[in-house]
Amino acid sequence: MDETKHTRKKAEANKSKKLMLEIKDLRKSFGDNHVLNGFNLELFEGENIVIMGKSGSGKSVMIKCLVGLMAPDSGTIKIMDRNLLGLDQRALDELRSEIGFLFQGSALYDSMTVKENLEFPLRRHKHKFGDLTDTTPLVQEALDSVGLVHALNLMPSELSGGMKRRVALARTLILKPKIILYDEPTSGLDPITSKEIIELMRSIQNKYNTSSLIITHDVDCARVVSERMILLIDGINYAEGTFDELKTSNDKKVKAFFK
Amino acid sequence: MYCQWHNFKDVLSIMIRTIQIKSFFVEIGELTYFAHRFFKELFSKPFEFKELLRQCYNIGNKSLLLVGVTGFIIGLVITLQTRPTLEEFGAESWMPSMVSISIIREIGPVIIALTFAGRIASGIGAELGSMRVTEQIDAMEVSGTNPFKYLVVTRVLAATLMLPILVILGDTIALYGSYLIENTKGDVSFQLYFNKVFNVLAFGDIIPATIKTFFFGFAIGLVGCFKGYYCKKGTVGVGLAANSAVVSSSMLLFVIDFIAVFVTDIFFEI
Repeated sequence: MDETKHTRKKAEANKSKKLMLEIKDLRKSFGDNHVLNGFNLELFEGENIVIMGKSGSGKSVMIKCLVGLMAPDSGTIKIMDRNLLGLDQRALDELRSEIGFLFQGSALYDSMTVKENLEFPLRRHKHKFGDLTDTTPLVQEALDSVGLVHALNLMPSELSGGMKRRVALARTLILKPKIILYDEPTSGLDPITSKEIIELMRSIQNKYNTSSLIITHDVDCARVVSERMILLIDGINYAEGTFDELKTSNDKKVKAFFK
Repeated sequence: MYCQWHNFKDVLSIMIRTIQIKSFFVEIGELTYFAHRFFKELFSKPFEFKELLRQCYNIGNKSLLLVGVTGFIIGLVITLQTRPTLEEFGAESWMPSMVSISIIREIGPVIIALTFAGRIASGIGAELGSMRVTEQIDAMEVSGTNPFKYLVVTRVLAATLMLPILVILGDTIALYGSYLIENTKGDVSFQLYFNKVFNVLAFGDIIPATIKTFFFGFAIGLVGCFKGYYCKKGTVGVGLAANSAVVSSSMLLFVIDFIAVFVTDIFFEI
């Protein structure tokens, strides 16, 4: 009961904050497979929301819709008051510079060094930093945030899984995004490295005051990072609340996630 | 019972064949749309000059040794194989003319294009395929760079521009290989050999053969990129993309070659 009050208080506190991302009635189907059946979400400034769901429940589809990698069948997506689905390519690219996306497998460019990987997003968005002639300070700052300044000239093949994830995180940070989308940030990592990545996510949020949407199966990650959680089941927001609220829920489907 | 089973098998095989034919035409349609998108993106800003130069260097440099060795062996083999027959008729002096026409018009462009397809189409198919399955192409799009323009346009253009240069180089090396055999077996001087070569070659031999290599290069780059860019099914898909890029582009080369010879026949009267 206290926790419900806490959620309500939190919701009231959020009302004073800026709405960064708003999803309404998002639907997406692949043939007869209805993946998203009216998903809704509100993400406020500085907030961390964790989305959990079974494999194939539409989490990755939803997150790809948010950056325009997939087009939903219907629904609205508003990012910082701009309707994503009505944007032309140029405006979409501009908006993308405000959104960082950490891919599940890091998605570092194999043929480029760490430095070139980090410089790549700057090719189209240099103007964001005024008259930028030398990208090195920005690259070093981003790498410093993830503790990997020494890896500047290494190739992705020379990095461990955890290092790759950190470099990918640095690449999302280089444009100083306001929203970061994490697609299973700890998947495929050992528990110690996972813990390091989770800590890094926390410190990045404190440093850059970003809003984060995190898709994960990792209960530890959800516990540490989340301020609010959404369980995505059958393409809808099946349950919503804080980690503790959901953990103590009596609903069978919700309980299954915390076993 | 046996008759029913037989009928069912017949129906099944017709269905499978229909699906295969349908998917073939669907693929042709998709490839045509891919080519249409290439031309649309080719003339729209921003232009990726730096990446184009890098791809030209990569594609040209990677194939240089292969093309050189292939050309040299073509020259040696054709001369060695043909010489005894010409000797029988006392027509050895026709050797440089015959070898140069067959190499410049047909054998050089086709064989060098086929080795180029084996090297480059598979490489592009595998590279873009692995970028697709590891979400690198998605990452590029999210970072505001048009992946089609950066990856596809540059590679197709580089293959289109590099193959003609490689074919000219390969043909030259092939003629030199042929000269070496002629010099060893028939004591023909360098000057005499190449005088005969240039006396017999006309614009009608060189220009159409060079023009068709642009189309060969375009087809190899386009098919390699198409197979890799739309690669599915994880790492298995990458292998399939590389494999089918070589097979499809080689098939396409022969179709283009036939059309090129047909058109040349109309305009240049071979």
